[in-house]
Amino acid sequence: MDPVQFFATSRLLIVAGKGGVGKTTVTAALARAAGGLGKRVLVVEVEGKSGLPTLLGHDGELGYEEVLLASGLGPDGAGEIRGRTITPARALVDYFEDRGLRRLSNRLVRHGVLDIVATAAPGIDDILVLGKVKQLERSGELDLLLLDAPAAGHAITFLQSARGLLDAVKVGPIQAQAKDVLELLSDPARCQVLLVTLPEETPVNEVVDTAFALEDKVGVSLGPLIVNGCYAETEALDADPAAIAARYGITVPAEDLAALRAAAAFRAQRLTLQHEQVGRLAERLPLPQVHLPYRFTAGLGPDEVEGLALALVRGIQGLAA
Amino acid sequence: MNPLAQLVAERSIVICCGSGGVGKTTTAAVLAMRAAQQGRKACVVTIDPARRLADALGLTGLSNEPARIAGPWDGELWGVMLDTKSTFDALVGRYSADGDQAERIMTNRFYRNISGALSGTQEYMAAEKLYELHDERDFDIVVVDTPPTRNALDFLDAPSRLTRFLDHRLYRVLMTPTRAYLKAVNVAAQTFLRTVSKVVGAEVIADAVTFFQAFDGMERGFRERAGRVLELLTAPGTAYVLVASPHRDTVDEASFFASKLRESGVAVSALIVNRMHPTFGRGSAEDARRAATTDGPLAAFWANLADFREVAARERAQLTGLVDGVGGAAVLHVPFLASDVHDLGGLHEVVQHLFAG
Repeated sequence: MDPVQFFATSRLLIVAGKGGVGKTTVTAALARAAGGLGKRVLVVEVEGKSGLPTLLGHDGELGYEEVLLASGLGPDGAGEIRGRTITPARALVDYFEDRGLRRLSNRLVRHGVLDIVATAAPGIDDILVLGKVKQLERSGELDLLLLDAPAAGHAITFLQSARGLLDAVKVGPIQAQAKDVLELLSDPARCQVLLVTLPEETPVNEVVDTAFALEDKVGVSLGPLIVNGCYAETEALDADPAAIAARYGITVPAEDLAALRAAAAFRAQRLTLQHEQVGRLAERLPLPQVHLPYRFTAGLGPDEVEGLALALVRGIQGLAA
Repeated sequence: MNPLAQLVAERSIVICCGSGGVGKTTTAAVLAMRAAQQGRKACVVTIDPARRLADALGLTGLSNEPARIAGPWDGELWGVMLDTKSTFDALVGRYSADGDQAERIMTNRFYRNISGALSGTQEYMAAEKLYELHDERDFDIVVVDTPPTRNALDFLDAPSRLTRFLDHRLYRVLMTPTRAYLKAVNVAAQTFLRTVSKVVGAEVIADAVTFFQAFDGMERGFRERAGRVLELLTAPGTAYVLVASPHRDTVDEASFFASKLRESGVAVSALIVNRMHPTFGRGSAEDARRAATTDGPLAAFWANLADFREVAARERAQLTGLVDGVGGAAVLHVPFLASDVHDLGGLHEVVQHLFAG
């Protein structure tokens, strides 16, 4: 598939996955990949500190105000990446301000009534965030909106909030908001969810459960699965290093030979497990997979993210159109 | 004696904390199993365990009551899968004046939302369950797996969170008898509520008001209980075990946890790092990398060795800050296992890694 076309499929891409699978890194790589294709990208965070700005070479943390994280990207230099957070309290203030009710919103937030209201109608805080996302998606000022969703379990609740609220709240502007959000989420031309996982047993089980829950309960369209942390295939390690050393007359201390053999065996064992899990994932979820490489090197910064972005683009090219 | 073995032999409560996906549930089960092997009567409280582990522990039904797990140990091993809602219901039952009040609360939609979705409720109920098991059952040791929150303090803070919720101004205003001088406040509050109702719908607010009214008279009991739970969480017999994996982000989170615990005067007794890559041989990654460029036929092997040595060194380097952060706590590594732990045999394998020597 042509990557330009991939990033034009829907304006909103929601990146979701359980903690520890590299969701934020993948979000950064997606932003970098789309920026590199000349897209104007906005990354939205809903949870606090994530390290995402650092991954894109920007110092400091994201706030409610949009900041430019990278610019001059892509063949014609039009690509840029911006970032911001959306928190329920600030989204609520915006929501009322847009409707000329600034004083009310200040009181709601100041008195902590949002907590009570959010308990009375769970999902209301999520709807406020998603409502703001919808507003940005509609603004026409960007080509791609990447939403770094909350960790898997909560991602389902988060995205399910619209449907849940429609059952609880029968009238009023919140109900209208929930309807708009549901419309956005269930329209594959506007929104897709990219699930991130690892080629390991528990993450595979969890991503399968999450995928079914999202399709059944939210009705959101799922893009390709991003399988992060995949070891590259190597046939070169299949032989016995001692035999090779003997054949070529290389003298290797026994201790080193043992280390070479053990490391190769470890790699082979991890690869076997990876094959099993990737196969199991393919069997249980009929979605195309994009594999990202396992990173051996220390540190993760803009250079590594760029490497991952390249791998992503290659993976997308490998998908059927 | 291995410091972790000592902890499992002596403490009455062990709280396993750490971010999601680091193997907290497995670690909690392993510690409880070891206690049982030492002849103690142990109970593990798990929260949302992976299905196969739950099956292995016989925790498939959501009974919320400890179930005994049979196995070759001198002591006893019991397991509970936390059911937040039933635990909360039991608490309401305990402090309501009569069945009628309990019924009114439990059928209220606002209550059902609190017991199911209010952030912090799961943490609070885990602490509550821990208290109940410690206080009312004769377990020698209760090991609890905490919900995967970003902040370890959420767990310590949870019992106070609900009482803070009850301290809320809106609640006080609603519940204050309409004495003359408070009337003005009340009228303002009612106007305010009407405006909020317009936005979110009147039923939603009506549910909340009904809940607070039904709850009247119960907050003292709740508050006292929350105080006792908090006391138990900070009692000397309670040990905190920090569970981590050597990923950069989880190490950062674990360091944050450790610093928060320290701030609230709680010491981390042990740090368990799961899924550590092995170290191969005695040389460095650079040695292997150099050999990879010179040693033609074995180049791929040396490069692979260099890669894994680099990972091992990176993991150990990433952990140094965390190890400093937990002060004198015992630090234990569990290597990458060939497969995930989903049976008692797998748990026993981890026991052997943690308690060897």
